[in-house]
Amino acid sequence: MKAAKEKNLSQAPEEIYMLKLYVAGQTQKSVTAFANLQKICDEHLKGKYQIEVIDLLKNPQLAKGDQILAVPTLVRKLPPPLKRIIGDLSNTERVLIGLDIVPRTI
Amino acid sequence: MRQEGKTILEQGTRGGMRKNQHSSKAGALNTTLVKKNKKGLNLKDLVLQKCPTGIQGVDEITYGGLPQGRPTLICGSAGSGKTLFAMEFIVHGALEYNEPGVFVSFEENSEELTKNFASLGIDLQDAVQKKMLVLDHVYIEPSEIEETGEYDLDGLFVRLGYSIDSIGAKRVALDTLEALFSGLGNENILRAELRRLFRWLKTKGVTAVITAERGDESLTRFGLEEYVADCVILLDHRVNEQIATRRMKIIKYRGSRHGTNEYPFLISQQGISVLPITSLGLDYPVTSERISTGIKTLDAMFDNKGYYRGSAVMISGTAGTGKSIMAAHFVNHACSKGKHCLYFAFEEPAGQIIRNMGTIGVDLEQWVEKGLLNFSANRPSFQGLEMHLVSMHDSINEFEPDVVVIDPISNLVQTGTMFDTKAMLTRLMDYLKMQHITVLMTNLTLNKETNDNSEIGISSLTDTIIRLDNVEENLRQNRFLTIVKSRGMNHSNLVNNFVITDKGVQLKTGGGKP
Repeated sequence: MKAAKEKNLSQAPEEIYMLKLYVAGQTQKSVTAFANLQKICDEHLKGKYQIEVIDLLKNPQLAKGDQILAVPTLVRKLPPPLKRIIGDLSNTERVLIGLDIVPRTI
Repeated sequence: MRQEGKTILEQGTRGGMRKNQHSSKAGALNTTLVKKNKKGLNLKDLVLQKCPTGIQGVDEITYGGLPQGRPTLICGSAGSGKTLFAMEFIVHGALEYNEPGVFVSFEENSEELTKNFASLGIDLQDAVQKKMLVLDHVYIEPSEIEETGEYDLDGLFVRLGYSIDSIGAKRVALDTLEALFSGLGNENILRAELRRLFRWLKTKGVTAVITAERGDESLTRFGLEEYVADCVILLDHRVNEQIATRRMKIIKYRGSRHGTNEYPFLISQQGISVLPITSLGLDYPVTSERISTGIKTLDAMFDNKGYYRGSAVMISGTAGTGKSIMAAHFVNHACSKGKHCLYFAFEEPAGQIIRNMGTIGVDLEQWVEKGLLNFSANRPSFQGLEMHLVSMHDSINEFEPDVVVIDPISNLVQTGTMFDTKAMLTRLMDYLKMQHITVLMTNLTLNKETNDNSEIGISSLTDTIIRLDNVEENLRQNRFLTIVKSRGMNHSNLVNNFVITDKGVQLKTGGGKP
């Protein structure tokens, strides 16, 4: 049933989600965010996603390029358009909306 | 001033950045500090250090600049010059004070900023290449951002910290931080993070300028003044009777005295220019040197010597009595002695004055060509009264004249109220006297009955007043000249008849002591 749902919502099943998670050190928020992201992806994007975690404390110069302000920030590089989701991703529904996995409702 | 004496206070709070330079001294200073304080000595070393803005006039009204190592809030409505203030602070720091700076823009991107500031003659890209400036455009598009739980602004901190460290920045500008509020929804998080940001900036030891949009009832729309408590400067842009005036006011400046007035300022090709106030006061030095009136027979009426150098002279009279001619003689003679003259014309363009004076044998053009005479012709209604004052100040600073002519001063009254005009003229007179600049003003009176010429009520500011009259007699106009007053000299009290010929003004009865 889940599989059917996936097919309905994502028009092009071969599409790969390239996701970058920006964090600043191993904070509670970044650990939570990563765990939440992993879970959401496993449930909704199984087999068609890539996650790259970027620690800004180690690579501060990368903050400018992707316009990072808040952390954690999840950036959807692909598919276009670029999307930014900030916060620890604890609100699954909003993450799915932010990633365009489920359509925005009223 | 900036270089000497990093304070003990600073070393306590700012730690790291200065440590290399002063670590050996710090211990010694701390131990001697208590003793010295008891004696009341060296207290000034404890006083807050200032970071000069390099913006004309701002360092005067803040007595040295912004609080070093602390954030300053610049608030004002749209178009009041906030961004310019912030950028000038950074650019002057980088180019004149060897203090690299980071400019974080939340509104305009680097290209836009570069273009805007190129028009002010500031080459931002050059400073960027010299590693004296970092431009960082923080782009926030609310529609692209989804909020999903807890977050903080460490990204901004990391980014800013990286920029600061990459060039060893001493100055930071954030323009306009409030964009965060429209971009991010969680105000609680934002407020906590802003508080943390300002503390963090202090520990970084950078002098920061933060701009904010003015709110309806509070200083800033989002109450940023709560967090930046050290120094708050308000920029204002008011339109009164269709004439706009910009004003600057220091709302607060913790740990420092500051001017409390509203100071008019101008945004010109050189950027922001605030009217300096150092000139205000009555303690200027005086001289007993004399300067010729330019008319021999008139000199004779003043002890054979003329006006005092650095005094204020007013020539008053109804229309067509020869006021400008008197001024032209004065200028002509001063220039022939190699003095620099600045002529503010509020009635006629420069060319017309030169042409007209040519007909009475006064050749002003030669002095213009030699660079001794400079005309500044403006319509009085072209800008507000205070703006006139600021721009006159700027011209005077630039040209450094020995003699200034204002022709006529009465026209300036049109642009302001009596009170404003008087306040402005007081400032101008004080400023000129400080610089030992002799000023000659012409004043158009409406009829001869108002004989004290004090329509503007500035007679008390002038040292010498000459009145010119036309009297009709036997079908011809007779011209008369009277010295109404001339402080500190023995002057003629005769009413002298004079004529204007093609060789200039000739006093008929001659002067001399009565």
